[in-house]
Amino acid sequence: MAAYIAKRLLAAIPVLFGLSIIVFLIMAMIPGDPATAILGSYATPENVARLNADLGLDKSLPQQYLIWLGNLLQGDLGRSYALNRPVLDEVLERFSATLILAGTALVLCSILGLLAGVISAVRQYGLADKLITVLVLIGISTPSFWLGLLLILAFAVKIRLFPASGMYAIYGGGDLPDLLHHLFLPALTLAVVATGVIARLTRTAMLEVLRQDYIRTARAKGLTERRVIYRHAFKAALVSVIPVIGIQAGFVLGGAVYIETVFQWPGIGSMLVNAISTRDLLLVQGGVLVVAATYVLFNLAADVVQTILDPRLR
Amino acid sequence: MPEAALLQIDNAERVFGGGRTLFGRRLPAVHAVQGISLDVKKGETLGVVGESGCGKSTLARLIVGLDRPTAGSITFDGRDLVAEARSDPQKLARRVQYVFQDPVASLNPRKTIRSILEAPLRHLLGLDKAARAARLKELMEAVNLAPEFLDRYPHEFSGGQAQRIGIARALAADPELIVLDEPVSALDVSVQAQVLNILDGLKARFGLTYVFISHDLSVVESVSDRVAVMYFGRIAEIGPAKQIFAEPRHPYTHLLLSSAPTPGKRSLIPEDANTELPDPYAPPPGCAFHARCPRGTDTCLAAHPPLEPAPGQPSHLTACYHPIEGAGHA
Amino acid sequence: MSDTAAPAMPARKKRGGGRPSALRLLLNNTLATTGLLVLVLIILIALAAPFLPLPDPDVTAPADRLLRPLADGHLLGTDALGRDILSRLIWGARVSLAVGISATLIAAFFGSLIGLVAGYAGGRVDALLMRGIDMVMAFPYILLALAIVAALGPGLLNALYAIAVVNIPFFARNIRGITIGLSRREFVDAARLSGKSNARILFGEVLPNVLPIIIITMSTTIGWMILETAGLSFLGLGAQPPQADLGSMLGDGRKILFTAPHVSIIPGLMIFVLVMSINLFGDGVRDVLDPRLKSGALTRPVARTAVERARVPERQPHKDNVLDVVDLNTQFHIGSSVYRAVGGVDLHLKQGECLGIVGESGSGKSVTAMSLMGLVPTPPGRITGGAAWLEGEDLFAVSDERIRQLRGADVSHVFQDPLSTLHPLFTVGDQLTEAIMAHRPIKRSDADKRAEELLRLVRITNPTERLKVYPHELSGGMRQRICIAMALANDAKIIIADEPTTALDVTVQAQILSLLDTLRRESNAAILFITHDFGVVSAVCDRVAVMYAGRIVETGRTQDVLENPAHPYTGKLIDCVPVLGQPERRLDAIEGRPPVVDNLPAGCAFADRCPRAQADCRAGEITLSPFGEDRAVRCLHPLERGAAHA
Repeated sequence: MAAYIAKRLLAAIPVLFGLSIIVFLIMAMIPGDPATAILGSYATPENVARLNADLGLDKSLPQQYLIWLGNLLQGDLGRSYALNRPVLDEVLERFSATLILAGTALVLCSILGLLAGVISAVRQYGLADKLITVLVLIGISTPSFWLGLLLILAFAVKIRLFPASGMYAIYGGGDLPDLLHHLFLPALTLAVVATGVIARLTRTAMLEVLRQDYIRTARAKGLTERRVIYRHAFKAALVSVIPVIGIQAGFVLGGAVYIETVFQWPGIGSMLVNAISTRDLLLVQGGVLVVAATYVLFNLAADVVQTILDPRLR
Repeated sequence: MPEAALLQIDNAERVFGGGRTLFGRRLPAVHAVQGISLDVKKGETLGVVGESGCGKSTLARLIVGLDRPTAGSITFDGRDLVAEARSDPQKLARRVQYVFQDPVASLNPRKTIRSILEAPLRHLLGLDKAARAARLKELMEAVNLAPEFLDRYPHEFSGGQAQRIGIARALAADPELIVLDEPVSALDVSVQAQVLNILDGLKARFGLTYVFISHDLSVVESVSDRVAVMYFGRIAEIGPAKQIFAEPRHPYTHLLLSSAPTPGKRSLIPEDANTELPDPYAPPPGCAFHARCPRGTDTCLAAHPPLEPAPGQPSHLTACYHPIEGAGHA
Repeated sequence: MSDTAAPAMPARKKRGGGRPSALRLLLNNTLATTGLLVLVLIILIALAAPFLPLPDPDVTAPADRLLRPLADGHLLGTDALGRDILSRLIWGARVSLAVGISATLIAAFFGSLIGLVAGYAGGRVDALLMRGIDMVMAFPYILLALAIVAALGPGLLNALYAIAVVNIPFFARNIRGITIGLSRREFVDAARLSGKSNARILFGEVLPNVLPIIIITMSTTIGWMILETAGLSFLGLGAQPPQADLGSMLGDGRKILFTAPHVSIIPGLMIFVLVMSINLFGDGVRDVLDPRLKSGALTRPVARTAVERARVPERQPHKDNVLDVVDLNTQFHIGSSVYRAVGGVDLHLKQGECLGIVGESGSGKSVTAMSLMGLVPTPPGRITGGAAWLEGEDLFAVSDERIRQLRGADVSHVFQDPLSTLHPLFTVGDQLTEAIMAHRPIKRSDADKRAEELLRLVRITNPTERLKVYPHELSGGMRQRICIAMALANDAKIIIADEPTTALDVTVQAQILSLLDTLRRESNAAILFITHDFGVVSAVCDRVAVMYAGRIVETGRTQDVLENPAHPYTGKLIDCVPVLGQPERRLDAIEGRPPVVDNLPAGCAFADRCPRAQADCRAGEITLSPFGEDRAVRCLHPLERGAAHA
């Protein structure tokens, strides 16, 4: 197993390289002159030329990439001109907040989604199934940013049960209960869509598995129905749901952009939105790169879990 | 030999996988077929029999040009079939056709029977509309199907009917050789008999040559003039059907014949014999059947036995160092 | 022998060949229809926007700012600049729909094209295209869109491109998967041998089969794309003022959420209604087009076949019989059709005896066997009559828990395909010990020992090691031995073997048959052996019952039936079988095809194909009547002794 994990980690390296190329290219295809963008349209041509040279923009594209990559590997993502601090520092600081939010949402949607999917499949066409199906449909049709606003109106403005924004209370906060108090609404909002998707796929996977010959064998052996469903069928269904959870990690990490904006959560998503509107491109680049790399690791973890469950993949 | 062979296979080999990775590591390779040499004479039926994994379907695909050998040559009517499959597959398809194992899977579910049967007429023969209509009528009549079936979709047919459509499709371009890959194994016995009888009739009527591939010994026996028995990618024994079935020389052929359940026969072979095939990724040296063979000796392990004629029977070849002599199978 | 009768599946034909009724199927689905109606309504209003008496959506009126809904002249109120919300909503919906649909079409076109080409070409082309797709997929979805918009600059068109690009991989992957499966299908080879070029095959043969999947994928992603474009606009990266789509309206309203919530709630609600209607409709489309859902393949079978007996036989079981089945009826209810798969079967098993049930596909032999322990899937199956007495206990009357106790203990099963019948994710040892521990309260270590013994019993060498392997690591014959070991785990009185050797090679089959034969003699278990092969019957069965169209037409001692079949069907069936060593034997095919069991004729079901049929054969019920010792036949004009094999 350790060998397999090592192999998978090695295989992730080209993917990370690919990511860096795509991020670099996207930034390189920006229309207009970054130096002008940074210095503003009143900058003198000399200043622009000097900054271009400083940024290495007078070199060829592959050369620029190699320089950029070299800096990247040394942990140098450049400086954010709007914040006037190293991009890496800002990104890492923001990233922990995003990880808390997205991680909580991911755990939440996995548990709720699997649970709802299994119940739905076991009670196919029953009341619970119909209810879950409708809820799931509503969940995946609701714009999460709108849902966030509704929840703020309901729970922060009307009944004042949860705070409307931020990660900690401004005065006297900072401990775990305070964090959880602030985390509840955004994490829930972020989890809704992914829960729906996971529930749907779990239901389909369970129904598919329950028709397999080996389930008939399990019943023919005289196993209890509980064991048939929760051991034999669920394990097989889980194998096909795990990669979906991996993909949902991407949706949750990406969806954090909206939720952080709505709840003013000090994470990387709200940072990115601000950076895009201020054209702070190095900050955008750094943020995208770090989040994408995290996502690759999430998927890797999903792969490993799937392989542990399914001996045929080894 | 009085008549020239229509199809000649010389030392054909097909390896799957293999090659090297980016870093030069060898990838695992499987020899699906290896050292296959045989010929098929015009107008005869060559039966090819063997169990799963023996390479009989790979052989079939090589003959119709759906796959290419990695070594060796295949000639059809004196011309290089492998080269022709590459340069002008349609020319080859006009002369060599194929009937598939799964009759339903071989028909596109979204096409009518008419458009399935018209494809070869249009693309291989370039017939015009009137000629196509006439030929379709002929074809449907040849396989005993009512012409009104032409405008139906494959899912409306039973397995036997679908297989007859498959046969009509193969017949459409008026080929000389038809490779039949397990044409009746997906069918019930009563339907199987219908299809076998149709095949028999068509062969006589159009002067066809068949390569008939099956795992079912009794079916092969009932249709074949000559039979090739395959094991683990090679020919174990080849010769006139009568001789092979009456006096099998290869111990594997003997095992096959004694294993086949026969109505009215209550004899069971010992149940604890080894039936495992060798690992295809790490084939043993010498004869692949050695581990299961009651007659195996150390000689068998040294090198693969060549196909050699039986004494006094030049057309009956066996790849065995210790063939069974004389007596027929019990 | 020409078939002029209507071809297969009259049941399916009745519903109009499947295709034209797709729309009707869709309309039968209330939710989907509701979705469609709402969607059509929104689209019509959006299209009609220029002709509706609406105020200009972009004209500001500071005096009328932030009017609440239902205000004079502004049904839904006004926003912070005094613009009419209803008007902006309709114009915004128009923009959102246009962007969502265009993005879907772009993504579907390029994604499907990549998927089709990669899946069909395979090899290097596939590897290259898919590595590229993987790269794009390696980004969290929205993040990539964000990065693209960041690079191209905010704007509706750029948001559209970004959303389309990030969705291409989704289509490409889906379509590639389907295409790979289709490209390996035999009909593609057949088309190639019909002289079709690669392009013709890809677009003429493969594409029509992929098209439903493309449509399903489009209908399930379009809502998602509308949401995402709205999201980008919400962040201020999509539609730029004064133009508004639903997302940017929501984004504008967010700033005044606490003072004028209606400005943000209304466009959000509109997005929700729009996306919900699309999703409802999309699900309906999927249900109609997806072959698995259409065939009811995703219906969950319950633990035990439903028993709804119209009549319970009065005859009591014979005390010599371990199993006594009387008048078993099992039906499948699919749509409005009722398939009488088993239409009144009587059979019995004595201790240690092997009874073979022979028949062609569709004869009901497997359903008969699976009915006994309630393993026929419900829905659609149900047992509608008869009784099955296991040592005096009616299996159709006992509780679910009692059936569970009997399954795998007194009555065990061996199924056809040993690969699919073993659970792929558990070791052989796990599956064996589980079977043991389900029926006796023993420790896992003792169960392990017992499992080892069982493997030895089925002649598996090196049992300790074999317990640790997974089914896919074994050969077919080995796997079937494991299944037999499992069936022997609790000293079963009856083993139901459903085509246990059909999936095996002939040399392996011979050994499994010998093994079964030896073991049943050692354990004195009775075997109910289902097969289509008379050769197999001869090898292991003491008695045989021949089934046709859901009923036993003849039963007797194996040798008697094979040598002197009494029912014309049995006789004809035996004549169809090629026999080794008799190559000259003329194969005598049976004309026509068996009747479909949802529309059985009166009288003998075989009459239409029978050379001996008379008028009385079609008149009424024909009973299974005694015909010599241990022998019965359901025929008014049975074959004379020695008349078969002319």
